[in-house]
Amino acid sequence: MNKFLMSGNSVVAEAAIRAGCQCYFGYPITPQNELTEYMAKHLSRREGCAFVQAESEISAINMVFGASLTGARAMTSSSSPGISLKQEGISYLAVCELPAVIVNMQRGGPGLGSISASQSDYFQATRGGGHGDYRTIVLAPESGQELADLTKKAFDLADRYRTPLVILGDGMLGQMMEPVEFHEAATKKLPEKSWALKGAQKGPSRIIKSFTSIPGELEEINWRLFRKYRLIEKEEVEYETYMVEDAEMVVVAYGIAARIAKGSIKKARENNLKVGMLRPITLWPFPSEKLMDLAKRIKHFFVFEMNMGQMVEDVRLALEGKGQISFYGRPGGVIPTPSEIFRIISRHYYQKGLNR
Amino acid sequence: MKKVYSRPRSLKKRSFHYCPGCGHSIIHRLISEVIDEMDLQDKIIGIPPPGCSVFAYNYLDIDMTECAHGRGAAVATGIKRASPNTVVFTYQGDGDLAAIGTAETIHAANREERITVIFVNNAVYGMTGGQMAPTTMLGQKTTTSPYGREVAKEGHTVKMSEILSMVEGAVYIERTAVNSPKNINKTKKAISKAFQVQIDDLGFSMVEILSPCPTNWKKDPLESWQWVDKEMVKTFPLSVIIDRTKVE
Repeated sequence: MNKFLMSGNSVVAEAAIRAGCQCYFGYPITPQNELTEYMAKHLSRREGCAFVQAESEISAINMVFGASLTGARAMTSSSSPGISLKQEGISYLAVCELPAVIVNMQRGGPGLGSISASQSDYFQATRGGGHGDYRTIVLAPESGQELADLTKKAFDLADRYRTPLVILGDGMLGQMMEPVEFHEAATKKLPEKSWALKGAQKGPSRIIKSFTSIPGELEEINWRLFRKYRLIEKEEVEYETYMVEDAEMVVVAYGIAARIAKGSIKKARENNLKVGMLRPITLWPFPSEKLMDLAKRIKHFFVFEMNMGQMVEDVRLALEGKGQISFYGRPGGVIPTPSEIFRIISRHYYQKGLNR
Repeated sequence: MKKVYSRPRSLKKRSFHYCPGCGHSIIHRLISEVIDEMDLQDKIIGIPPPGCSVFAYNYLDIDMTECAHGRGAAVATGIKRASPNTVVFTYQGDGDLAAIGTAETIHAANREERITVIFVNNAVYGMTGGQMAPTTMLGQKTTTSPYGREVAKEGHTVKMSEILSMVEGAVYIERTAVNSPKNINKTKKAISKAFQVQIDDLGFSMVEILSPCPTNWKKDPLESWQWVDKEMVKTFPLSVIIDRTKVE
């Protein structure tokens, strides 16, 4: 298979096209512009496909809503401030059960923040983000290759569960160029979506909606969503373990932070520190059971994120008081080095007497 | 005996919930008559807004989708781009179109999106209880302009059709009213023309319909119909605002 050297943003775009993405709607924002530009170049003139540079992120997500309800595979991408604007549309997509892929190449926040890589949108992504009681599947790639693989998977999951899905990357993953192998472009026709609106076409007319003036009706919609979310939690948890077999301490990190932490763990191993890693690939659903399982043997968990401590709350919830949890975070678009994380890890390791 | 008047095929057999004298039920009926006459029921998708007419899907027997406040033109864009063989229309109120949805509307027109906007202008926010709308007229009292709309405090009345007429992608815009049999007939013709513009792939079309809201205007239905003629048309003259169907 051929390897391509591409920026992460272009990788997502190419993988999406190969996955059968027919419609892309976006609005420029750094550090994800290469994705929009790639789509402009490679999707906009493709037969049966559509590309629109929208007048705002709000419009872009609502165009996704429109395209998705006709049955098309549709996506949008942005970065943190733009993703905040999309939350209205994501909430509507969730309740109307319309599939969509939303890419967030996170940058430093809050507010306009910086254009440097960050992980400070974890709460927003994993708690739904907009108004109402809903969740989105959240995939957290750590490399160019995983951007390609998870983008393909994202469209399948979104369709299977009829749900908006967030790919939570960051500015570094988006900008970094890495060699990537792509899956073959889908040649088979995608399965027909019986629920899609195409005009009544001699059948009974159909409505896509959530709004109701009858309280029990909306409760039933929420229960239906909840049942779906339980199923996703049961079926779709994905994670990677790294050197946990004999570990005394487990680092929990995702995305680019996990990539950095892997370098630190290698150093730790060279220094005979028994450190391993659990890397959640799905941030929602979160690999809580796996953490609990690790906690049967391992007592020390070290959470590293490029924020002030967001995923660490899920780790605490998962462990239900078991084990000791330490946290190290760098907010505001600062990217620490493997050596820096190694120093922090080894300090914790020695302080807890794990070397004895 | 010959039957000259019956319920349109694309109108469900159900009583309207709208207030007595409200224009929505007339406009719903006109749209379904046009859908029947143009044989569009099988390929049309409608987008009703949050507002009194959010329940339009309970009456029109066609595929319809909910959408967020003001985002009609963006959702319509997504539908039409993904599925160009459908006929797509939004049904929007004045707050929806001329306040929160201004950007979506202007840019959809500018891109020459092949969509049709039915813009129902009653100069107030109806469903929320009669607050000031962008189309509220100067001096008009509403719950949020209790002293009468004043330019220095509440700004000018927004004339969306005139604004849109300057956007090159807007191919056909007509302003009509539903306060007399004559105007109702004109409105129907305008809706028909607007759909035809879309079907002929010419670009963006819109019909702005002045529509009475007796409840929030605090007038009876007859006074409301008269108020459209006496007051509204001074600010919102009834005419074809722009017609670029013949210009190459």
